[in-house]
Amino acid sequence: MDFDRIKEKLNILADAAKYDVSCSSSGSKRQNKKKGLGDSSGMGICHSYTEDGRCVSLLKILLTNHCIFDCAYCVTRKSNDIQRAAFKVQEVVDLTINFYRRNYIEGLFLSSGIFKSPDATMERLVQVAKKLRLEENFNGYIHLKSIPGASDELMHEAGLYADRLSVNIEIPTREGLKLLAPDKDRKDFLQPMNKIKNEIIKYKSERKIIKSTPKFAPAGQSTQMIVGATNETDAQVMYTAAYFYKKYQMKRVYYSGYIPVSYDARLPSIGTDVPLLRENRLYQADWLMRFYGFSIEELLNKDHPNLDSDVDPKLSWALRNLHLFPVDVNKAEKQMLARIPGLGMKSVYKILGARKYRNLNWEHLKKIGVALNRAKYFMVCNSAEWQKKDLSAMNIKSLILQNSNSKFRNTYNSQLNLFEKQDGLIQY
Amino acid sequence: MIFIYDASFEGFLSAVFTAYEYKCEQPIIVKKEKFIGNFFEEIEEVITSEEKSNRVWKKIKAKAGSRGSQQIYWAFLSELDEIENTLFQYIQHALASSKDITKDYAHPAVLKVAQTVKQVGREKHRMDAFVRFRKTKDAIYFATVEPDFNVLPLNAKHFKNRYSDQKWCIYDLKRNYGIFYDLEKVEVIQLELPASILDTSTNFFTTEEIQFQHLWKNYFDSTNIKSRKNTKLHQQHVPKRYWKYLSEKYL
Repeated sequence: MDFDRIKEKLNILADAAKYDVSCSSSGSKRQNKKKGLGDSSGMGICHSYTEDGRCVSLLKILLTNHCIFDCAYCVTRKSNDIQRAAFKVQEVVDLTINFYRRNYIEGLFLSSGIFKSPDATMERLVQVAKKLRLEENFNGYIHLKSIPGASDELMHEAGLYADRLSVNIEIPTREGLKLLAPDKDRKDFLQPMNKIKNEIIKYKSERKIIKSTPKFAPAGQSTQMIVGATNETDAQVMYTAAYFYKKYQMKRVYYSGYIPVSYDARLPSIGTDVPLLRENRLYQADWLMRFYGFSIEELLNKDHPNLDSDVDPKLSWALRNLHLFPVDVNKAEKQMLARIPGLGMKSVYKILGARKYRNLNWEHLKKIGVALNRAKYFMVCNSAEWQKKDLSAMNIKSLILQNSNSKFRNTYNSQLNLFEKQDGLIQY
Repeated sequence: MIFIYDASFEGFLSAVFTAYEYKCEQPIIVKKEKFIGNFFEEIEEVITSEEKSNRVWKKIKAKAGSRGSQQIYWAFLSELDEIENTLFQYIQHALASSKDITKDYAHPAVLKVAQTVKQVGREKHRMDAFVRFRKTKDAIYFATVEPDFNVLPLNAKHFKNRYSDQKWCIYDLKRNYGIFYDLEKVEVIQLELPASILDTSTNFFTTEEIQFQHLWKNYFDSTNIKSRKNTKLHQQHVPKRYWKYLSEKYL
């Protein structure tokens, strides 16, 4: 192995791949077989964290950053004057195996710029995965990018070797895509997505009858949207996400605050802050949809096209729906407990477990580790005291904000004036 | 009454047996190495007995289930001061109750055990993540660690499943023992390690090994996004005390 050459390529192609935020390595169920290398049947593991606090669990690289497309938001776009490089198939295989054996990574996340044609690119990605599985008996995690426009046959083969496949829609709206990536067509993204979805369903039902049916993309599909590159609303982003969760049975939709990489006049200029707070709020809304039983319409609608910046979306929803509170934690059903601001699902399960033995009071809840800062305004327990006093939504909100610290405080203080008109709380 | 035992899990279970035998309801159970003497209490030195510990373990499993017994074992591995006393109260509560007590978090011992198990589990998971193997000249993938709790017994299975085609060893420098996989089974071993084992020198490791560490460090640096810098979050996930084992941090 020529380490100097590999190092140079690795620097270029890891740097180019880092804007894809997915790092998940869970959900695969692929076990070690025949005393081979690797196992991805357990939970995902983050082996390290970058200085920006993101998890490093996979070797995330591009096969090449040569690209025939010129998408304005992408650092690898054709017109960008940057160093280009390309890995050979065997080099990626060797890197993956050697990193994996040293317990640096859970597996490989391989993406690529589109060189020559979508099929030529996809074929090369599939070759890497195939070699890892068949020649190296590698059972670690493999995430492959579905290249927009790749043929159904190649996508089928990809699904046989990869644990997860993803194709990034990047721009949430049709108009935005037209503006920023004129060479790309929405249906080119959707075709491989659709193929994979149908195959997953087919293989799953076949496995019910024939147990030896091979796995097909056992960790499913994911996609990513850039936020803040066009002037889309939170509602546009989240309704698109909800559509993909439902229609394509996505395992995950990722939201990536736009990091300026271009002086293109169509985009926020270099030096503009990454919209970290907005990204955070979108993930909170995503979690509420997937794990807390909220429907998208409850969180975002015509009257509330954007999430509040100063409070989280669950608190924001609760303040708009005070008539549903307070909730009695000793009696309420799981789904209502999950709607109390400040209570995570872990706390919900702790309460459900603990209340079987005795009626819980504030002291119990505190000891169990339930965070009461927000929750106390929305619940009652086995105690005469509770924070009723007919507080208005505005009062509750200001009480909560007074007693909390957020690293985003500066961000939303400066944004508050801008957002006041959209703030759902005005009606109270 | 004070019961002194030999620091092994079987020793602890034997102490529980003995305490019950003496009908002692609030025993102090303490490791021999940690015991500093006491003039006021009666002291009993417990002899570890396989028969006694098996009987206690069987009873615990019957009453607290596999979940409860696992919680007891994991909490025991924390080696925290006085955890034995908490575990005794936990066992008392389990044996006295007619239903499963593992989720009775409003009971102080159950809560303390659950919290300790969480801490131990976190440390176990960190070892799964932060172990960095270095390939020695005789082709053993070797790692040194100093976990906060005695978690290596919990890590063995994970590493055996994953690295079943390579010899590996994870060595706990703090407790001076390691687990070694010889392509067949995992064994506990004790080694005399030179102090310089922490340096990656070509005395022990292949030159290729050192190249791969540098490649990994390079990868780690290239994948960082500077405009999203968040040092607090970074250190929360990778506390400084682990840095000396992570080539991406110390190189």
